[in-house]
Amino acid sequence: MAYSKELLHSLEEKGKILRRDCIRCIGVGVAGHVGGSCSSADLVAALYFYKMKYDPKNPEWDGRDYFLLSKGHVAILQYAALAEAGFFPVSDLPRCKEIGFYLQGHPHLGTPGIEAGTGSLGQGLSLGSGMAIGLKLDRKPNRVYVLVGDGEMDEGQIWEAAMSSGAKKLDNLCAIIDNNGLQAQGRTADRLDQGDISAKWRAFGWNVIEIDGHNMEQILTALDEAEKFKGKPTAIIAHTIKGKGISFAENQVGYHNRALTQEEYDKALEELS
Amino acid sequence: MTETSQRKAYGQTLVELCRENKDIVVLDADLGGSTMGKMVETTPGMEERHIEMGIAEANMISTAGGLSRVGKIPFAASFAVFAAGRAFDQIRQSVSIGKLNVKICGSSAGVSDFGDGATHQSIDDIAYMRVIPNMSVFVPADANETAAVTKYMASHKGPMYMRLNRNAYDNVTPEGREFRVGEPYIMKEGTDVTVFACGIMLIKALEAAKALEGEISVRVVNVPSIKPMNRESVIALSKGMKGVVTAEEHSVIGGLGGAIAEALRRERIPIEFVGVEDRFGLSGHTYDDVLNYLGLTAEHIEKAVREISSL
Repeated sequence: MAYSKELLHSLEEKGKILRRDCIRCIGVGVAGHVGGSCSSADLVAALYFYKMKYDPKNPEWDGRDYFLLSKGHVAILQYAALAEAGFFPVSDLPRCKEIGFYLQGHPHLGTPGIEAGTGSLGQGLSLGSGMAIGLKLDRKPNRVYVLVGDGEMDEGQIWEAAMSSGAKKLDNLCAIIDNNGLQAQGRTADRLDQGDISAKWRAFGWNVIEIDGHNMEQILTALDEAEKFKGKPTAIIAHTIKGKGISFAENQVGYHNRALTQEEYDKALEELS
Repeated sequence: MTETSQRKAYGQTLVELCRENKDIVVLDADLGGSTMGKMVETTPGMEERHIEMGIAEANMISTAGGLSRVGKIPFAASFAVFAAGRAFDQIRQSVSIGKLNVKICGSSAGVSDFGDGATHQSIDDIAYMRVIPNMSVFVPADANETAAVTKYMASHKGPMYMRLNRNAYDNVTPEGREFRVGEPYIMKEGTDVTVFACGIMLIKALEAAKALEGEISVRVVNVPSIKPMNRESVIALSKGMKGVVTAEEHSVIGGLGGAIAEALRRERIPIEFVGVEDRFGLSGHTYDDVLNYLGLTAEHIEKAVREISSL
């Protein structure tokens, strides 16, 4: 499918804006998940500003599509997307983790636009699978999107959910795997080598699409193909770069969850402007 | 109810509830024939209301969480050791933090799966369900009360856990009595010692009270709602007594005894616990063999009542 240059450009810009929001949200001297937010930013921008149906004025609108951040540690990225989409003010983002404030360190039910508490890795896909089953029972057209980390695939529950969703032919469910190749303590391949992950998802009964997770045209094509594909859930394996868009953080293990210095903060914002 | 099996009461009540409410769905992890969730699957027209999740309890509980977020009222069941124990993290993280409307049925609880031994006997589920914020914990005394609690769970929001016995035994609570959440209630009046009991131990407490007639006057209180538990009611039911005894098919650590002790923590009333001492269960040829071996008998309650009343 052909997408206009304007659309692709505007979504790429959204990706940058989300990254900037994340940096502002983290600020200086306080640990935050920079790397995984930046690797997922283009995927999340495409979901919130191209693909998903929602109403920021009525977050519980029953016609909405559902998004679950199974890799909940990058909550700031979802908060940035929700704020830019109008669920709450962008100016609230830096107040994340303030005592008693509605923006918690991990997605928390009660924050406008958050569908479930996530962040104990491995559980988001099961939650999404349950939503997809319920929507099918009600013959509703809403779709469910779940963003899964590649490190998160170490968790056994991901494969329970993959098996169950495949067996139940949940074609209203789409898992997007942010395959950035790094996890908290090092390279994913050096922790537990996951082997051929496309083959694994296929073997569990999923339609698999592999893309460059920073190529907006490929992202949109994959999301549209996933919606059209019937009879199986779709796994979009998005090859990404951890820390994408911030030169000193790209592909660096050390930026999984750390505090930025004033110099790093300024440089990151400059590069993302 | 002529039914005396808690499991069948659960299944029959679910069928009734599914008829009344299109949003109720029933999940099982390949044990629907035992939990009786299968009664829903085999009822014509209800087939798709039963969701088979395979032998994957962790996924079952989080999936139930997702179902609740699209307006369903999921009842997820397995043996208590698996429904509550194996899926503890999912109950905590996916369900309870967000107060999702998920109903968990821990079937074959306590040592009621007498033959299968320690791996299949839950002597700790009340403790680890009770400690989770937002979670309610119910232990129906018999089949009649199981029906009442199941109905309550379907019509009230929030995460709830109910533990059921595998084996059938006579009803002791009246049929059709509405379940009142949080409220312990008197089954037999007495003036010397109060015995708080739940599950099958209620029958044994009543037996003990009868055996002690003429010697010690025992008030027997049924506690189907372990959490929430109305503290004022527990205090009122204990005040003026020589002591209090708790009786449960569960560890003496953290279960009914723990909950009653917490409720009475500012009262000057001695308490004794009848339950499983700090150990796992074991296999036996009969349910009674295991109950007797672990000290879950009317005689043990009698002994505890005598001791506490002579302090």
